Amino acid sequence: MNEIREITTPLTDEIIQSLSCGEMVYITGKVYTARDLAHGRIMVMLDAGEAMPFEFTGNIVFYAGPSPAPPGKCCGSIGPTTAGRMDLHSPTLIAHGLKAMMGKGLRADPVRAAIRAHGGIYFAAIGGVAALMSKSIKSVEIVAFEDLGTEAVRLLEVEKFPAIVAIDSRGCCIYDR
Amino acid sequence: MREIFVSDIAAKVAELCVRACVEVSPEIRRLMQAARPLDAGLGGQVLEKMLLNQEIAKSERMPICQDTGMVVVFVRIGQDVRIVGGSLDEAITDGVRMGYDKGFLRKSVVEDPIRRVNTGDNAPAIIHYEIVPGDGFHITVSPKGFGSENMSRLVMLVPADGIEGIKNFVLETVIKAHSNACPPIIVGVGIGGSFELSAIMAKKALLRKLGEAHPDPFWAEVEAELLVKINETNIGPAGLGGRLTAMAVHINTYATHIAGLPLAVNLGCHVNRHEEGEL
Ligand code: SF4
Repeated sequence: MNEIREITTPLTDEIIQSLSCGEMVYITGKVYTARDLAHGRIMVMLDAGEAMPFEFTGNIVFYAGPSPAPPGKCCGSIGPTTAGRMDLHSPTLIAHGLKAMMGKGLRADPVRAAIRAHGGIYFAAIGGVAALMSKSIKSVEIVAFEDLGTEAVRLLEVEKFPAIVAIDSRGCCIYDR
Repeated sequence: MREIFVSDIAAKVAELCVRACVEVSPEIRRLMQAARPLDAGLGGQVLEKMLLNQEIAKSERMPICQDTGMVVVFVRIGQDVRIVGGSLDEAITDGVRMGYDKGFLRKSVVEDPIRRVNTGDNAPAIIHYEIVPGDGFHITVSPKGFGSENMSRLVMLVPADGIEGIKNFVLETVIKAHSNACPPIIVGVGIGGSFELSAIMAKKALLRKLGEAHPDPFWAEVEAELLVKINETNIGPAGLGGRLTAMAVHINTYATHIAGLPLAVNLGCHVNRHEEGEL
């Protein structure tokens, strides 16, 4: 098997364009979690013209809500939730500069079209291997919506977090094959 | 009359919730271990990660998956049992609260389906009671993840749809679910009864021990055939291709109305948590 490529955030256009669907990668750097309720709030803030809780450019949004960290650990079990539930909002966020997303499962056509139009990328992480994935998390910090519990926006510092390029910047999708 | 204290019930529920979330059943583990060498591609690598994850979760007492579910409880209670010290419903709910707090499990329940405020303690549970003769008390706890729950479906077929209609709908459900249900999955199927009974039968089918077939050879054959068809889809572990898309198809059936053929398909992900205990 080929050596697995390691990519580091911020993800530049150059890095994004060099990745192809079906490729396995290790991600190192900053990743922000946001799932259903956080997406709802971000959409309301966008409509109101408010500042976003984090910078979109170069960053990866991870559809995830971790389990609580047990004593002595910075993070509990963590893994992707179904990306399709964010499909309604993703094209708008992509139009506002978000380029990289990570979750599990298929995306709707408008999301794929937006990824292609804006040169974005969608990574698939494996669902349900969450104790193993927690080993790749080096620090966790809540940056917004703390009242949402597991659904708060968290900044994760990840090291060698395993993912697969599921939709690349040209719109090629791994699940088509 | 045998007396059972609510405090014992709560403690048992708490213990079962934690165990279900950190330990995968030995049957799932054995099945994955056997499938691993048969798959040299991405699917095989995913299975390897799942197996490694199960080991870490068990030894470090961490949840196998961050989604530790909403708790579905099945209680089979003997009619000669008396519950003392408080309400049975509250005892079960308290057990869920304790287990999710002490076990560092995720709180994934919102109070109202539209206003969506997290209850903060993973309560309430969904509780199904069954009253049976005798003085036994049997409880099954199934923390259900919603990646797979969301991909489940129910349809009221008509008798003329027959067995082919059933097979097509089950297969279509699995294909539509694809990677969202976190394969390799368990497919729970409820056929017959009424609208709500078919769904409960499908849920109960997920609790059956892996490797056990339907006692009626007719239905056992349908289970086997569906399993082969599902594994020919090449959806594979995590939807990344491979031979193991489902680990089992379990069918439950019940008598039904002359006009009806209710069919429910409840999907269980590769974690398929459930634990049982007696008091
Ligand atoms: S479907 Fe199962 S394995 Fe997948 S994220 Fe949900 S609980 Fe975890």
